[in-house]
Amino acid sequence: MVALSDYLIISAALFSLGVIGLFLNRKNVITILMCIELMLLAVNLNLVAFSHFLNDLAGQIFVFFVLTVAASEVAVGLAILVAFYRTRRSIEVEDINTLQG
Amino acid sequence: MLESLFFYMFGGLAIVSAMGVVLARNTMHSVMFLIFCFFNAAGLFLMLDAEFLGIILILIYVGAVMVLFMFVIMMLEINTAKLREGFLQYLPTGAVIALALLIEFVGASRAGVFSQGAKATAEHFGREVNNTMEIGKVLYTKYLLGFEIAAIILLVALVGAIVLTLRTRKDAKYQNISAQVNVRKEDRLRKVRM
Amino acid sequence: MHETALTLNTTELLAIPALPLLAALLAGLFGWALKEKLTHWICCLGVIGSAILSIDVFMQVQAGASFYGNYWTWMLSDQFVVPVGMMIDRLTAIMMVTVTIVSACVHVYTIGYMHGDPGYTRFFSYISAFTFSMLVLVMGNNFFTLFFGWEAVGLFSYLLIGFWFKRESANFAALKAFIVNRVGDFGFAIGILAVWYYFGTVDYHEVFRMVPDFVTQHVSLHFMGWEVTAITFMCLALFIGAMGKSAQVPLHVWLPDSMEGPTPISALIHAATMVTAGVFMVARLSPMFEFSETALATVTVVGAITAWMCATIGLVQNDIKRVIAYSTCSQLGYMFVACGVSAYSAGIFHLMTHAYFKALLFLAAGSVIHGMMAKQDIRIMGQLRRFMPVTYITMLIGALALAGLPPFAGYWSKDLIIEAAAVRGMGWSSELAYWCVLTGVFMTAFYTFRMFFLTFHNSDRVPAKIKAHVHESPKVITVPLLILSVGAIGAGFWGVSVGLTEAEVIHGYFANSIFVLEAHNPLLTLEAAETNHTLGFFTHYGPLLLALGGIGLAWFMYFRETAMPAKLAASFPRVHDFLLNKWYWDELFDKLFVRPARCLGTMLWQKGDLDMIDKGMIHGGIVDSIKSGAARMRAMQTGMVYHYAFAMVIGVFGFLTYLLLKA
Repeated sequence: MVALSDYLIISAALFSLGVIGLFLNRKNVITILMCIELMLLAVNLNLVAFSHFLNDLAGQIFVFFVLTVAASEVAVGLAILVAFYRTRRSIEVEDINTLQG
Repeated sequence: MLESLFFYMFGGLAIVSAMGVVLARNTMHSVMFLIFCFFNAAGLFLMLDAEFLGIILILIYVGAVMVLFMFVIMMLEINTAKLREGFLQYLPTGAVIALALLIEFVGASRAGVFSQGAKATAEHFGREVNNTMEIGKVLYTKYLLGFEIAAIILLVALVGAIVLTLRTRKDAKYQNISAQVNVRKEDRLRKVRM
Repeated sequence: MHETALTLNTTELLAIPALPLLAALLAGLFGWALKEKLTHWICCLGVIGSAILSIDVFMQVQAGASFYGNYWTWMLSDQFVVPVGMMIDRLTAIMMVTVTIVSACVHVYTIGYMHGDPGYTRFFSYISAFTFSMLVLVMGNNFFTLFFGWEAVGLFSYLLIGFWFKRESANFAALKAFIVNRVGDFGFAIGILAVWYYFGTVDYHEVFRMVPDFVTQHVSLHFMGWEVTAITFMCLALFIGAMGKSAQVPLHVWLPDSMEGPTPISALIHAATMVTAGVFMVARLSPMFEFSETALATVTVVGAITAWMCATIGLVQNDIKRVIAYSTCSQLGYMFVACGVSAYSAGIFHLMTHAYFKALLFLAAGSVIHGMMAKQDIRIMGQLRRFMPVTYITMLIGALALAGLPPFAGYWSKDLIIEAAAVRGMGWSSELAYWCVLTGVFMTAFYTFRMFFLTFHNSDRVPAKIKAHVHESPKVITVPLLILSVGAIGAGFWGVSVGLTEAEVIHGYFANSIFVLEAHNPLLTLEAAETNHTLGFFTHYGPLLLALGGIGLAWFMYFRETAMPAKLAASFPRVHDFLLNKWYWDELFDKLFVRPARCLGTMLWQKGDLDMIDKGMIHGGIVDSIKSGAARMRAMQTGMVYHYAFAMVIGVFGFLTYLLLKA
């Protein structure tokens, strides 16, 4: 039988890979966005696993909301990226530093 | 036994494809890996009796979100090689932190807090339990407000994405209908004495 | 004090201060819409209505009615209750009538005097509000309503002295008045708080009821090695307030300067009503002052010195309003002498008569100034009687009243004060007071008629340019003058008819409002002396002779031998300068208080504020540390998205570690 901790370890691995991706791909915004998706997926997997093992649907409902928000985030994020690319002709993260103090 | 087999398959492939997402040289390959990763995650969802979410994950993520990613990648002219500059430079820091996180996560998972007694393994629901119906029952009653808010967030994201990307080209010809309707004779016609 | 069958209509009483207040609010808030005409109608009607009601109340009080009661609660804090209430008896009634009648005359007079001034409606609003404040002051039944009125009249006095705020001198004069009054009010506030501390109440009746018992307990307090009985302390503190408000030495310096204000104000506030508040207060609080010999002696001495000193200064002043202003100081000194020698009734009687003839003198002087194109120097006047007959006649009446000739009002009241001072016998203080007020009579008569002769007789020294303009003032100015002359004569006659000139009668008249110890009462002594014919001829007729002498000398110097004054001044230059410079009080205060205060202020500003706080603390400490701190903090904001992501991951890591360690 597969235990809860097994699912948790899988999701931990996915999450850690997302974090590594964040650090490694410092230039490519698209990859960074994908890494964030990966991390969100890990969270979702956790929630579903808990939902199953605690026999409570709330976890799945939350996954539903997370998916909604993630979809919105991707849509807006990519739109920003497109707008940014139009003005700068680049999607390098290091160019996006207008907020520098 | 079969369950464990599927679990290790889905889990292992998910992790491998996730590594592919991070390490792939070509961004398009990353997207492909991510899609594969989502498929495997959906398999895990199904194993957890979350059929609705598993299907949703494939429909929304693979069918919509990842396609969006692809569109964007193809629209933009990206110098892939340049984007990978300094890739290895950050590997040590990233690896250390990610490893530390992983160890803590695994430690927490195995610490026994989450795997005590009956909680460690759960029985699968019977055939008569319809996951989609159960979610619907709760979503439209107890979580109705959250559902509405999610809908509004989606709407706002929709509008936001359009507003951000929409642009009126200066060189394009547009029709100004109100100007056309409101035009007067004097504006267009000029009498010239011959 | 005692129960009366007759009571007064509370609504009527309330209407007396309410009408001027209403008029003031209307004029002040809606003056821009009401325009000049409607504004002065509203204010005049308000104050005249108030005057008519006051006269009605006065009649009822004459018949024996009185009122004592609270309307509302003003403040309430545990044991400390301050009600808003009224205490109407003969003392209050006489004040109310005086205030409202003089105020009504001044209101009407103002229509003519201030005509065309840009601040016309504002002026009306102020003087109506002043009338309200003065009425609250006299009608209140506790120390806090007294204090409210006291401060409010001070405020309006300030606003009105500085009415022409574009004039620098007016602003300085207003500030001076306000600051000097603040010194007095400080003492006054301490006095009131001391009353509350010792008696636990601020209600007149309650306090007065408790005073005799309190005195027998011999409560005293120690202050810098001196032992002062509590009652003396309270009375002296309160009297400091009276000194400020009633311009007694050494706090008299503001009154002559207050003449910067428009003349109607000088008449109403700085002659007839506000400055008498101190006298009224001492009389009102006679049940307290009577039990403190020290306080009475202080009142007497201060009053006497003021009466004499201001009279000497008045001898040489050249500004028509300043002469009258110094005579006001001097006359206030007389009133305080009266209070000090326990002849409060005589003081109040003099207060009332003085209000009429002094307001008359001021308004007449205003009429002269109005005709002289705002020139106030009597050296460039002369022979004005030909141009201003009505002003001349009314001014003469006022001058005779001030000099103290029968049958004019001033004679009766002043005579009573001098006789009371003569027979009181409280040691050196009453002796000093007697001689001061006696010689004061001579000087009063002299300077009054000096001013009078220089203005209306003597040689014609009016510059040609002004001469073309000199004219008799319009009816709105002369009619109030005539009314006040009637008052100046009538107040005396009323006194005679009621019998106030008789020592015993006047004592009896105020018996229910003013408390005098049997042993002190100079009026009863005086009565006894008169019936036994032990009163000397000089005590009896001396003041009259001196007044006549003063007038005669003025006539001689300024009517016949007109060259003499200049010669006299030339032969005694020191004395002349000393008097002309008002005994150098201003210079003394300048050296003693103003300059050190300014030095201290400059030092605190330069060293304390600029050097220490601005340079040392702000720029050296707070500002700089914030600046450098912010510069360092700013570097943290790289603007790079992955730095923020990194921070978040580190946060998750730290949080997780904490949770694990805790579990």
